[in-house]
Order: sequence, then structure tokens, then C-alpha cells
Amino acid sequence: MDSELTIEKFKEEFKSDILEIRVKNQKRMIITVNPDSIVNVAEYLYRIAGFRFIIASALHTKRGFEIHYHFSKDISGLILNVHVVLDRSNPQIASLSNMFNASNWIEREMHELLGINFLNHPNQEKLISEGNWAEGVYPLRKEFK
Amino acid sequence: MSKKTLIPIGPYHPLQEEPELFKLYCDGEIVKDIKWETGYNHRGIEKLSESKTYEQIFFLVERICGICSNSHPFAFANAVEEIADIEITNRAKYIRSIIGELERLHSHLLWVGLAGHFLGYNTVFMWAWKYREPVLDLFEMISGNRNSYAMFRVGGVRRDIEAIKIPAIHKVLDDIKKKTDLLTGAIMDDPVIHARTKGVGILTKQDIIDYGAVGPTARASGVAIDVRKDDPYAAYPLVNWKVITAESGDVFAKAEVRLLEMYESISIIEQCLDGLNKEKEGDITIKVKEIPEGIGNGRAEAPRGEVFHFVQSDGSSSPVRHKIRAPSYVNIATFKKSCIGQTIADATISLAAVDPCYCCTERMAVAYDINSGERIMNANELINESAKKTNEIKNTFNSQI
Repeated sequence: MDSELTIEKFKEEFKSDILEIRVKNQKRMIITVNPDSIVNVAEYLYRIAGFRFIIASALHTKRGFEIHYHFSKDISGLILNVHVVLDRSNPQIASLSNMFNASNWIEREMHELLGINFLNHPNQEKLISEGNWAEGVYPLRKEFK
Repeated sequence: MSKKTLIPIGPYHPLQEEPELFKLYCDGEIVKDIKWETGYNHRGIEKLSESKTYEQIFFLVERICGICSNSHPFAFANAVEEIADIEITNRAKYIRSIIGELERLHSHLLWVGLAGHFLGYNTVFMWAWKYREPVLDLFEMISGNRNSYAMFRVGGVRRDIEAIKIPAIHKVLDDIKKKTDLLTGAIMDDPVIHARTKGVGILTKQDIIDYGAVGPTARASGVAIDVRKDDPYAAYPLVNWKVITAESGDVFAKAEVRLLEMYESISIIEQCLDGLNKEKEGDITIKVKEIPEGIGNGRAEAPRGEVFHFVQSDGSSSPVRHKIRAPSYVNIATFKKSCIGQTIADATISLAAVDPCYCCTERMAVAYDINSGERIMNANELINESAKKTNEIKNTFNSQI
């Protein structure tokens, strides 16, 4: 299988950065990586392994801030979620927007709704609530006891 | 003498489900830069979804888009059924695909009409929208609604398509096939449409990959991605059909892809109707007790491209997180590539070519001088500008005959 081979190579390449691998089936996989390696991981998937960046989903959980970067290998129908967990008090991660434009808007959105800071983003302005939402209030953040 | 002008397109229009403001910065006739503002209709649907049950969310996500109202429930169902590991019945699969393809038919017809209107071909507009009506009538017959069909649920569909209704669907499809022949012939052979759309608003393969564009926008640039083929769901793996692509990436290629896709949709629906005959009537849903803890990545091919839903469940009756990505979210960003360097007359059709549910230009666009703030062009004049160019080309052709 083409996708299996790709994943094997990926695992080999980022052996030290992979924290957890969850395989749902042949077409769905979640790989948790070290947040510091996100640019290298995305670069490998996008430039070498031929993945397409679909979108990213960020959420606030008890563990902190989590982001799933969804990559699609269209030829085999594989969706690979590259999962990172960010620090609760100071959530920040490198931006991917200098590599591909597809992540530009969604990073702005995640910054706006959850307060995650994307380092080196070319234009981290508000995307959807410019001028009508208070600064420093993040609608998708939750309160945990 | 060149005049620097800012042309805002948007933000509001009652027909448009995603109001946006586009600012075209022009030097004379040429668009030099484009900027946009979004969020005029931010409804917080992702947040709302966290407070609804899985059954209720179908009605919520159906209201994201007014034109392809079925594509979001489709992707959401795929995501939730992935979490719960559910395989729906074949009859439900066929019904889901029939609804999906009928929607593609009426959505593409709507686009063809609008594209015609933007080019100054109001006959095409009226024809296409007239041919679209019987499809909406079919929806009313099947689901009771012309739009927002409320057909999907976790584990299947809510309503059956009984054998008694099938001949009426075949009849509409036969009619539409003839009408599509007529439209395709009229559009593909028209030298004026060629002159207005070929080489206009070009997106290269690299642009598509860079912006992550999807659907007919990607396929018109030779990127053969289609979720129905790549990550098959519902009845798509059970029927024969092919992915339509074109190479040139211009407005003409996008029109060509959509027109030819309509034939594929008709063929898929016909095969699904045959499939329905082999399955037991009424066998449309399976009982689902609960949605377990887990993560689902659901996607579906909407008329405009891949719809993606990410659902994280903690085992309760509502999701912990529900992320939605509509195809226009990635397709609209390509305007930066397709519009810059074009004339104002061509920008209208280049924007429309992506089909961003974008039918507001005629009412909301106003051009004013960037220095004095004086209004120099209103919405109708902008459309007229595009129609004028078509007329000039027509006259050139006529004078050569």
C-alpha cells in the first residue's frame, strides 16, 4: 500500500518527535508530535510525501490547547491528523502559512477564537470578528474545574 | 491618465449565505490588489453545535449553506458514523447519493445561470434557472422541502424514496439531460463566451496546491481530486462514474467541468435508482444507541468541493468540538491569484467562477474614487461594464461575418 509505505517512512524520519500513534483504520490516523517539530513535519508531508493540507481544528481541553492539523493523501483517501498539545498558559506554535497559503486563514481564526499565538504568521489579524469583539476574550475557550 | 480606484464588492446580499467584502484596488481598468473582510455573518455554529445533541446538529448544519444544504449533514454523518463505526444499509446509501447528486445538479445549474448573467447573457440565466426548478420540485416530492431537506440522520436517512416516486424522477432526469445538451452546446460553441472566458482568471496547478483549493475549481486546473472517488462514501463506490477534469484552469475550464459533471450526476442518480429497486423498501435506517468517545474526520464532495467536518466526542450526547470547513473557505482565497492583473470587467466573472455562493455583485458593488471618495460607478454599471465587453466582442465577430 502506498499510504502504508509513506507512513512507515514518516515514522522513520520523525522517530524522536512522535509521541503517540493512533490508527483507526487504513484511512484514518492520528499522530501526536512534539509541537516544536510542526514545521518540519508539515514540510515533509506537503513537499515530499504529497499530502494536501485540508484544515486545522483547535480545541481547549483539560490537557491544554490541542490542534489537529488535517492532511489528506488524496490518492489513497488517507486523512492524517497531526496532533499537538500546547501549553495551557502560553499557547504558541510556529505558523505554517509561509509554506502554504492554505493555513493562513485558519491560523488567524484559531488565534482569534482560542488565543493561540502563531509565530512568524505573515498577518495575524482577526479574520471574523474585527471591530465587534472584545480584545483578549476567546469564545471557544472553556473553564475547567 | 491612470486613476487609483477602490472597488468594494459586498458585504451583504439576501441571497448570499456567506457575506464578504472584497476590495479591488484598481489602476485604471486593471485590478492591482485584492483584499477582503469576512465575518459579516458569523453565526457561531461550531460553538452552538457543542450544546446540541447529535440528532439536532443535522438541522443546525443544514442551515450553514442555503444552496447546498445537504452537503454539511452528509459530511457530519460521515464523521459521526466513523466514530461509532456504523455501516448504513445499502438503501440508505443509495438515497444519500441521490440527494447529493440532485443537489449538485441544481447547484451547477444555478451557477451556469449566474455566470451567464455576469457575462451579459441573461437568456442563459433564465434558461438555467428555469431548468433548475423541476429539480427543486423533486426535492419537495421526496422530502417535503424544496431546500433544507432534513433527510439525514445518524445511521441512515429519515425518508424513503418509494418505488411509486421513481418514474417521476426518471422523467425529470431525461428532461434535464436534453436541456443540459442544449446549454452545453450553446455555451461551448459560442465564440463570444470563448473570448470572454478563455485565458481569464487562470489558476495553475501550483496555485491550487498552495491554496488547498478543492472541487471544480481544482479539477478545472487539472488536479483530479474528488472525495467521492478518493475516499468513497455512501453509494459512490457502488456505481460507475468518472471524475471530470480540464487543464487550462481558466473560467471556461471551470464552466466546462461543471457542465460535464452534470451528466455524471444524472448517470449516478439513474444507477442509484436502479439500485433502490434491488433493496427492500423501508430499510433506510439502523438503530444507534450512543456515540462513543472518539474522533471522526468526515468529508463529502459538495457541488463546490470538499466539505470537511471534524468531530470529537467524549461519549456524551453532544460533541466536545465540531470543526467545519466549507469549500469556499479555501477557494475564495484563490482570488488573490485569479483576479490580480485582470480588468474590472473580467474580475466579476473570475470571482464568480469559483462559485462562492456569490450572487451579490449586482446590488452591493459601488466604485468610488480613492482620493475624493466620490462615487463613480454603481453595481449595475459594474455589471454593464462586463456586458459591454461581451457586446463589443459580439460586434467584432458580427462585423467579420
